[in-house]
Amino acid sequence: MSTTTTTKRPPAAESRTPSKAAQLLGDRRLPVLVTAGLFLAMYVVGLSRYQNYGFGEAQVFMNLFIDNGYLLVAAVGVTFVILSGGIDLSVGSVIGFTTMFTAWLVERQGLPILVVIPMALAVGAFGGFLMGYVIHNFEIQPFIVTLAGLFLFRGLCLVISKESISIGDSSVSSMAGAQVSLGAGFLSIGAIVALVVLAVAFYVLHYTRFGRRVYAVGGNEQSAMLMGLPQGGTKIAVYTISGFCSALAGLLFTLYIQSGDPLHATGMELDAIAAVVIGGTLLTGGSGYVIGTLFGVLVLGLIKSLIQFEGTLSSWWTKIATGVLLCAFILIQRAMTARRKT
Amino acid sequence: MAEPQPVLEMTGIVKEFPGVRALSGVDFRLFPGEIHALLGENGAGKSTLIKVLTGVHSLDGGTITLSGTSVRFDSPSQTQQAGISTVYQEVNLCPNLSVAENIFIGREPTRFGRIQWKRLRREAAELVDRLGLDIDVTAPLSSYPLAVQQLVAIVRSVGTGDADGQGAGTKVLILDEPTSSLDRDEVLELFALMRRLKDQGVAILFVSHFLDQIYEICDRMTVLRNGTLVGEHMVSELDQVGLIQLMIGKALDQLEELHDHQLRSDVGESLLQADGVGRVGGVAPFDLEIKKGEVIGLAGLLGSGRTELARLLFGADQPDSGTVTIGGKQVSMSAPNDAISEGVAFCSENRKTEGLVPDLTVRENIILALQASRGWTRPIPVAQRDELVAKYIKALDIRPANPEARVGQLSGGNQQKVLLARWLITQPKLLILDEPTRGIDIGAKAEIQKLVVSLSEDGMAVLYIAAELEEVLRLSHTIGVLRDRKLVAQLANGPEITPTRILETIASGEHQ
Repeated sequence: MSTTTTTKRPPAAESRTPSKAAQLLGDRRLPVLVTAGLFLAMYVVGLSRYQNYGFGEAQVFMNLFIDNGYLLVAAVGVTFVILSGGIDLSVGSVIGFTTMFTAWLVERQGLPILVVIPMALAVGAFGGFLMGYVIHNFEIQPFIVTLAGLFLFRGLCLVISKESISIGDSSVSSMAGAQVSLGAGFLSIGAIVALVVLAVAFYVLHYTRFGRRVYAVGGNEQSAMLMGLPQGGTKIAVYTISGFCSALAGLLFTLYIQSGDPLHATGMELDAIAAVVIGGTLLTGGSGYVIGTLFGVLVLGLIKSLIQFEGTLSSWWTKIATGVLLCAFILIQRAMTARRKT
Repeated sequence: MAEPQPVLEMTGIVKEFPGVRALSGVDFRLFPGEIHALLGENGAGKSTLIKVLTGVHSLDGGTITLSGTSVRFDSPSQTQQAGISTVYQEVNLCPNLSVAENIFIGREPTRFGRIQWKRLRREAAELVDRLGLDIDVTAPLSSYPLAVQQLVAIVRSVGTGDADGQGAGTKVLILDEPTSSLDRDEVLELFALMRRLKDQGVAILFVSHFLDQIYEICDRMTVLRNGTLVGEHMVSELDQVGLIQLMIGKALDQLEELHDHQLRSDVGESLLQADGVGRVGGVAPFDLEIKKGEVIGLAGLLGSGRTELARLLFGADQPDSGTVTIGGKQVSMSAPNDAISEGVAFCSENRKTEGLVPDLTVRENIILALQASRGWTRPIPVAQRDELVAKYIKALDIRPANPEARVGQLSGGNQQKVLLARWLITQPKLLILDEPTRGIDIGAKAEIQKLVVSLSEDGMAVLYIAAELEEVLRLSHTIGVLRDRKLVAQLANGPEITPTRILETIASGEHQ
């Protein structure tokens, strides 16, 4: 998967080559491998404990994608932002806004869903573009600008309606109910869209000049500029992508839950950021893989499933487990960056 | 010898900033396959010239000709396109990417928009090989030390335009103080790379404060002073003493005339003893003893480490090696407070930014350090305070003699006296004066020098930094000579010590 940074042939000059251990710790793929390993271990634990309850069925695995497709899409967008050294707090609000916007247009205005989808995506992307523009042109911290975006979109939800709007439209429910069979199970449209988004993001980040610019800007913005890279355009594009992904995630969430509600997806930006960080992307930018984000989302999803299977635990244990994991992964990141500096 | 056509010719370059003429009519030529040093003291206009050339600053007058055609650059990327690359003192690369990517980012080989990673790595490896370097291009840049990163930056700038045949290929390479953070071996490796590029016909503009390096690697040099061209010379035709004279702008005989120092009474017992005190990136470790009533002058070019040495003795920068003993007691020197409590006072070079508070009155400024040393819980009685302030205003002849005047409105010389008064009022044992006479008129200058003499007679030790050699010679018992951030000699002042002698010491870097 990663074709970029690591070395296969033995490095040439001995004096300059870091030791094996340092190399392993400095290997940028390490956090992704750790997360993948964690996911695997958790899955095996689940298998051993709940096998009799059907945990081993293929559909349980596929449900991870079905139940977390929207989160994966949002987290992919956030991955772009974090790789570039920024942060996007507006994700949850944009998702919530998109559910309201879609439900309102489909139910109250009677527009066909196929017309509403491009509109919703355009609004999300434009919102992201605006935030990126402000961040770049006025040199304001992304934290503040996207925090403003968080409040703005949440407020706009309430402008549309204070009540939740459930969607009864037949084309929407047929879309939501569609199943694409795959081996012993099936995936929803949402899950498939999420996987396509992931694949596209991987290609863009690793095989296009734009993708490499995202890494360069995240590594050292000043240098990127002095190397003649259009760092401003890259930053704006990254927030536009995140806005687009948030809107797409909002659409998937609408399909998943079949309603619009001004309080949908409150705080989901934090889930997305947590998934990205657990997936091994450095919060300081410039290092990480979008594949890691997939594993981050899967780990969060698997925690939820395990708690459901356990049956006796409150769902708040999901939050506690997420918190513990996040803490652990931040510490791993810290150890890695500290090592790299010496 | 028939000279070839210069690859780069700058004629009559003028650059003005608000209120300052940074460059007035500078000419500069660069020939293919030569290494050309651009020299001058800090503020002579070297950086401005480079920034004008690379399109960071716009041009206010004059012409730039590249390979025979007149050019005008508005941005650094245009300059790169035209084949002029710059490597700055700080490495401007992305440490999180591989070496190969750093070389090629922004111009990666692509097919249908897809980056061809194999081709990119192969071309990077070829480029690195061709320049005779031994670097694994697939490793992340951050796994290499700074020196190698600097080499990679040069490879990147040389490789501009290689992929996809875009751009013109580098004709001119500008290296702006590339050696300041490298050790000797790393410098040699850099020089080897520079020589190979030179053999390939690249014209290199090299800026360095280290004169030895200039003489080691350069073919030709251009000297600037105060924004004007002083001369262009072959390195082989001008020795270091001559070069330094050009840089500071005084002929030796002129210096001799001004030279009339009067030695004063014997100095007392040892006050401050520095053993192996140094700081990486500041000054190399040095030993220095300062006795009571002794005036030690520091001589050296701008940027040679004079201020850095003084800051170490004051604790303004923390030394990373060595010990400082004051009055027989070892002092930790982790902050200026440590030094102040041992009776060290420091009058900084930038009186506006580091010393005085322009919006406070003369009285408040004078009293500041004394109050600080007493602690805020013990205010100075008003009567005593006014008496002290009046005394020093009179003693130093501060004009206007109004303690309520705002310091920002005073002339430069009077501001300097206020700053002096502030430290004198604390009755320090050692007074460090960094360029106390810079930018003040001749009368005030003489008064300050007289004051230093009388302070020394009263038993105060003074560390005196001045740009003008004759000033240092006139006042000092001992002259510390700095060169390339190293204290190279300590000369006891005497009839045989002349400005020439000091210049020779600066030039040769050793005590003769």
